[in-house]
Amino acid sequence: MVILEKNNFEEEVLNSKGLVIVDFWSDGCEPCKALMPDVEALAEKYEGKVKFCKLNITKARRLAISQRVMGLPTILLYKDGEKIEEVTKDEAKAANIEAMIEKHV
Amino acid sequence: MENLYDVVIIGAGPAGLAAGLYSARAKMKTLILEKDKAGGQIVTTNEVANYPGSIDDATGPSLVARMVEQAESFGAERKKDEIVKVELQDKIKVITGEKDVYKAKVVIIATGASPRYLGVPGERELTGKGVSYCATCDADFFTDLEVYVIGGGDTAVEEAMYLTKFARKVTVVHRRDELRAAKSIREKAFKNEKMAFIWDSVVEEIKGDGIVEKLVLKNKKTGEITEIDAPEEDGTFGIFPFVGYVPKSELFKDFLETDKGGYLTTDPDMKTALPGVFAAGDIRHKSLRQVVTAVADGAIAAVQAEKYIENTFEN
Repeated sequence: MVILEKNNFEEEVLNSKGLVIVDFWSDGCEPCKALMPDVEALAEKYEGKVKFCKLNITKARRLAISQRVMGLPTILLYKDGEKIEEVTKDEAKAANIEAMIEKHV
Repeated sequence: MENLYDVVIIGAGPAGLAAGLYSARAKMKTLILEKDKAGGQIVTTNEVANYPGSIDDATGPSLVARMVEQAESFGAERKKDEIVKVELQDKIKVITGEKDVYKAKVVIIATGASPRYLGVPGERELTGKGVSYCATCDADFFTDLEVYVIGGGDTAVEEAMYLTKFARKVTVVHRRDELRAAKSIREKAFKNEKMAFIWDSVVEEIKGDGIVEKLVLKNKKTGEITEIDAPEEDGTFGIFPFVGYVPKSELFKDFLETDKGGYLTTDPDMKTALPGVFAAGDIRHKSLRQVVTAVADGAIAAVQAEKYIENTFEN
């Protein structure tokens, strides 16, 4: 997975063609850490079709808020740099993330 | 028989992990199932100050990590699977998850409880958009912003104080005119300069276009409605409801006895009315729901499970 930070978010996500998943997480978010292996497995499964990225919001809070993310875990799906769908909190689980991707691949 | 366990534990909070530890240590083939994160509610708790022996590094995650390690060191297996169906009437119990089917001689239900929703318009739509039930997950977002905590019990006030480490100001909105939280917690809260209180008030509605922008409160004594808008320079604020819990007994309530609140009733040995089915931790009808009572339940359930298996299956 591509590790995002303030400096490369625009290039890797907003200026990126095709489908991009961004996993918003933080050091203090235990549900995020529990979800991460599932997202990594999906990254492998969709390799070449969907770009998977993760952003630790601890050092990029304003960036997350600019994407209308105010709660974790949140998984956003972008297409050609536009946010098209998301799952958050209790809905953010492997099956729902996969269903969201499947609608667009 | 494939996938046949002596003991399957549903839920990996403190009750389930303690049951797993005792069960595996008694040489029973043990599986702990968890739908997402090990640890249950305590893993999203920053400070665990009242669990005996947990003084240094007393955070929820560190305590849970040690419990997991300990249960696994005795041979308990853990799997991540969300249970969708259980058949518990027969001698061999069948537990069906999204990923797999498990069979067991004994089932220990340790599914716990989850935060109660306010049940007001806007709440579900704005969850993750300023409404949060997990302070340790989302506190970062509210650095230098304002936060409203709804509720007046121990959890509400403790989480409010945790949030003062991030937020500019934390206002507790409580339906009564005094806090229900323990005296030691109240005293700390009243001394905290970042804390404010709105009494006798309940939430009517949460509004916002993709992000929380307005909180509508009603004063229960006067009937007066107050609309709180996000400060213009912030554009938003946080709302953290901590107004109690609901038991996760949905899968079981059709064939196990519950109390009025939906909690499973057991005897003092954690037995439910069905042979070989036990309940432990927050899911049970009891007077004190804490880590210390959850682990006690788990230990008792596992020891009783061993006795039950000896009497029912051996010879």
